[in-house]
Amino acid sequence: MMAIPLLGALALLLPAGRFLPGETAVRRFGLGVSGATLLVAVSAVTAFDFGDPARMQLEIDRSWSPAIGLRFHLGMDGISLPLVLLTALLTFLCFVHTIKHPPAGGRTRLLTALLLVLEVGLLGTFTALDLVLFFVFFEVVLIPMYAIIAIWGGANRRPAATKFILYTLLGSGLLLVGMLLVGVQAGTLDMTVLADRHGEGLTRGVQITAFLLMGLGFAIKAPMWPLHTWLPAAHTEAPTVGSVLLAGTLLKMGTYGIIRIALPATPEGAVFWAPWLGLFAVVGIVYGALACLAQTDLKRMIAYSSVGHMGFVLLGIATLTPVGVNAALFGNVAHGLITGLLFFLAGSVKDRYGTGDLRELGGGMLTTAPRLAGVLTFASVASLGLPGLAGFWGEMLALLGAYRPNGDLPRGVFLAFMVAGALGALLTAAYFLRMLAKITHGPPPASVPDGAGRVSAYEYAAWTPLIALTLLVGLWPKTLLDVTTGPVRALFGGG
Amino acid sequence: MIVLTSLIVLVPFVAAFVGFLFGPRLTRLLGGRPPAAAPVGATVVTEAEADADPDSAAAGATPPEAARAAAFRNGPALIACGASAVSLVLAVIVGFVAWRSPGVRTGVLTTIDAGSVPIRVGLHVDGLAALMVVMVCTVAFAVQLYSVAYMAKDARYSSYAAFISLFTAAMLLVVLSGDLLVLYAGWEVMGVCSYFLIGHHWEDRANSRAAVKAFLVTRLGDVGFLLGIIILGVGAGTFSIDGIIQRAPMLPDGTVLAAALLLLAGVAGKSAQFPLHTWLPDAMAGPTPISALIHAATMVAAGIYVVARLFDVFVQAPTALAVLGVLAVVSMVGAALAALAQDDLKRVLAYSTISQLAVMAAGLAVGAKPAAVFHLVAHGAFKALLFLAAGSVIFVAGTNLLAGYGGLRGRMPLTFGAMTIGFAALAGVPPVSGFFSKDAVLEGAQHAALHGGELVHSASTPGGRAVEGGLTLVGVPEGPGAVSGSYTGAAPAPLSPTNLPADAALPPAVAWLIYLGLLLTIVLTAAYAARAWLMTFFGEYRGTGEPREAPRLMSWTVAALAVPAAFLGFTGLASGELRPHLGSALLGLLLTAAGIGAAFLLWNRDPALDPARSLGPARPALARAFYLDEVYALLFVRPVRWLAGRVAVADDRGIDAAVNGIATGTRRLAGTLRLPRDGDAQSYLTGLLAGFVVIAAVVVVFL
Repeated sequence: MMAIPLLGALALLLPAGRFLPGETAVRRFGLGVSGATLLVAVSAVTAFDFGDPARMQLEIDRSWSPAIGLRFHLGMDGISLPLVLLTALLTFLCFVHTIKHPPAGGRTRLLTALLLVLEVGLLGTFTALDLVLFFVFFEVVLIPMYAIIAIWGGANRRPAATKFILYTLLGSGLLLVGMLLVGVQAGTLDMTVLADRHGEGLTRGVQITAFLLMGLGFAIKAPMWPLHTWLPAAHTEAPTVGSVLLAGTLLKMGTYGIIRIALPATPEGAVFWAPWLGLFAVVGIVYGALACLAQTDLKRMIAYSSVGHMGFVLLGIATLTPVGVNAALFGNVAHGLITGLLFFLAGSVKDRYGTGDLRELGGGMLTTAPRLAGVLTFASVASLGLPGLAGFWGEMLALLGAYRPNGDLPRGVFLAFMVAGALGALLTAAYFLRMLAKITHGPPPASVPDGAGRVSAYEYAAWTPLIALTLLVGLWPKTLLDVTTGPVRALFGGG
Repeated sequence: MIVLTSLIVLVPFVAAFVGFLFGPRLTRLLGGRPPAAAPVGATVVTEAEADADPDSAAAGATPPEAARAAAFRNGPALIACGASAVSLVLAVIVGFVAWRSPGVRTGVLTTIDAGSVPIRVGLHVDGLAALMVVMVCTVAFAVQLYSVAYMAKDARYSSYAAFISLFTAAMLLVVLSGDLLVLYAGWEVMGVCSYFLIGHHWEDRANSRAAVKAFLVTRLGDVGFLLGIIILGVGAGTFSIDGIIQRAPMLPDGTVLAAALLLLAGVAGKSAQFPLHTWLPDAMAGPTPISALIHAATMVAAGIYVVARLFDVFVQAPTALAVLGVLAVVSMVGAALAALAQDDLKRVLAYSTISQLAVMAAGLAVGAKPAAVFHLVAHGAFKALLFLAAGSVIFVAGTNLLAGYGGLRGRMPLTFGAMTIGFAALAGVPPVSGFFSKDAVLEGAQHAALHGGELVHSASTPGGRAVEGGLTLVGVPEGPGAVSGSYTGAAPAPLSPTNLPADAALPPAVAWLIYLGLLLTIVLTAAYAARAWLMTFFGEYRGTGEPREAPRLMSWTVAALAVPAAFLGFTGLASGELRPHLGSALLGLLLTAAGIGAAFLLWNRDPALDPARSLGPARPALARAFYLDEVYALLFVRPVRWLAGRVAVADDRGIDAAVNGIATGTRRLAGTLRLPRDGDAQSYLTGLLAGFVVIAAVVVVFL
């Protein structure tokens, strides 16, 4: 069932070179395909049995390369379902946005094709249940993103793209070694089997090594401090759609991978490394927030804020408790929605004013572009973790998890993490308010570009679903928690 | 009942969203209609019903006829006032029911299970909550009505009114929530609303800064608050407030103490107590009705309310109560001194709020919970009155500065009368409400001081509960006669005898400190209240132009608020604990008279000058509130900025440079390694030969 969007995207990708003359037609085509994918994803939700979210559902399991035991095994449970939806939605919204606001650099045909490949890779990563298959999709994502940054990026796009690809390829290398170690030692590549075993059949040494390797691979993607430096560069240079997908979904592959593969397959390794993971996560929270306070570029600031937010996600994972992992999953989705929205907005600001520099933007955006500034305020407030909006629950649950971490972990250390994380949340508020005060408040600058105040229907169309979902998930966190709690408990081997 | 209660919260909440989305549109829709035609007004109401709620007509019943036509064409005003009117009506119903049949009512909407302690989204109504709800709704409604006129010329009135609705909803959520995390949600939403409202005039950078400061300072406290909630919740295995109160005695002392102290951080932030009070005077940057809302009914009241709500938890940790008491003394005396020297009317009131909240906190610290709650309600009434009246004065005189007023008594008689009641209540002049409530707190402190720090403990006696029931009426001025002694003891709420540890007592020194601090505060309060009153309304007018009474919608709202501010105190007579006691009442009166007398004598020497001049060299220090802002800037703001700068640089030059360094290093290494592969066959062969020789040699040597 999950193959439908996959095949659809792939099949429709090929002829994109030959038919559909004209830019608009290509854009509409991309919109249609991603829309269809979204529809399939939504129908997958309706087909999903919410009574038992812990069970793998909608599976397909075919032999792929029998000689070495590879299987084409896809499926969804409560952990992957929200991310699949998020991916389909964000890609669709990106296409909506591109219709009227294509990134500078032309070559729409190529862009459309790349975005679709990217979507295939992302969906595949979130549904793959075979280690090698997972890795293949994981890699499929890299190349289109590299190309998107390298072709449609800003002035310094080349170094940024190179850094991105080298960094993440290094991570992939480590990841592959770690996965193969697990696969060979355990004798199976099937993720569901590995998860059911809870590390049985793997010695402690193997688990620790494998978790370190895979963890590093995923941590680069997440990104975890101090492996994050590719992110600000990539975000600053990437075009709007690239940033949105990068922040909204690509980063989630890292944390998803830890939860899906590293935690269940190598639990002892997880216990061994969790304090370190927590430490780096907390450093990331505080460090990211401090870095944000000193940034002068809007996109760069949002990029660093991602480091902080993903820090909360990693902290949740590091607690090795159901509530912590729930926090991580919630934080993933919330961050995808909110930061996706923020990058859309940053793109719109850049479109209008020609710059993302806070000083050059001046102030008074609430006067010159009230709607844009209003939505920006909303997104910032959501991002700083206001209760009632999506950002809060992930952070709060992560702190809750850190107060009482898994019994095998040092409690005192995690208490310190909790306090540091909470203070980091305060700093988060500080930098968002600083940004808002800088560009939306104050007297408007002398010259304002024409049409800055107008918001196109396509922009509204791209923003509204994100705003609505941020509100929905924030006001009614049950929607998400009900789906994830079951499988997360199963992950820890309990009912 | 619980459905009604949830409606109280939901109505303003929905109104906020409707206001955001459709407010201006509704005005445009109505703007084309002739203003005079009464029947048109009637149809307008029906239209508003579709947008807001079925009871908007209730809003029309209260404003005077003249303002009606204008108000009815104002879409956002209709939505906002209508919603708060509905809430008020519902609140009165709920309050009435809670008074007639006291007891606790709860309802749980849903339980959120996140893999750890479940969160129960539900409401909880008891006497205390019902009383607060009535007060909040009354003040919110008054503020909404008043704002219609006050903000009539403001381009962004729509979002302003919507934020007030959201603010009200958040405060009501805090009051009614049955779960600590849900309470925290309301608590934080209030913070962000205050940010938006204080920064309403964001064109001015100073206002923007004040808003950011308010949000960040309170959020600093909230960090502690959230951690305190987590500690309590995980310790007790539930976030439900009742559950926590029940299980608090079973928790280890250290846990309760840590949680209570952390909660106090949040309380200090929201209720503007030392050392987190600095945001409140700056928050005067917001429009004056907002100040009334923040100072009287919402936000600052929330902190005190939470302590009262969780009082049984705090009793388990007397050290936390002692800390609260000391902070309260510092706040009340310090803020009262600062209020003496302010030359801005609103800032005088702001510091008086800090001081008065500290009086409530002191009441809580000595265990006189009903007295503290009584003072909270009385303060809500007279502070809302004072701020709204001050707003009228500012509206008319066009300045915030006391130096620009004078002699307004004859020109604004209605405002003068109302504000006189307000200042009298603030200073504690009988028979106005503030006298009774302050006396009740003073009596509690005296008891604690004379009995070696023993807590008053009244919170859990049957009489105490009944007081809450009796007090329910307090916010309903129409029915004060209904209070009768027969309710004393009528509601023996189920008590858990374990709630009060035998050794729950303050250190005697702290109890004495609180008592003396209260006495000193009474003198100072009377002095600054008298100074502000005299400088505003007496002597010669020092401004320019011809001030006249404010618009009727404003002045009548103020006058209406004067009624509860004046008579609320008598409801306290119903209960023995809140009745004035001869000793403390006389002492309080004497001190009040001393303060007022001193201010009058100084002022009378030359009515054109500020009596604060006699403070001499201490005046600048007091006016700047002991330079605390500057100290904080030096201690916290600058280091954080510096650190942020360092981090940004370090990220670029340190970590990223290391990464780039690795790349450069790799390239260099690759260059070195490439050297042998230069394509020269001879060197390859030489290498091959050399390798062969080496291998051969190794084989020969080792085997």
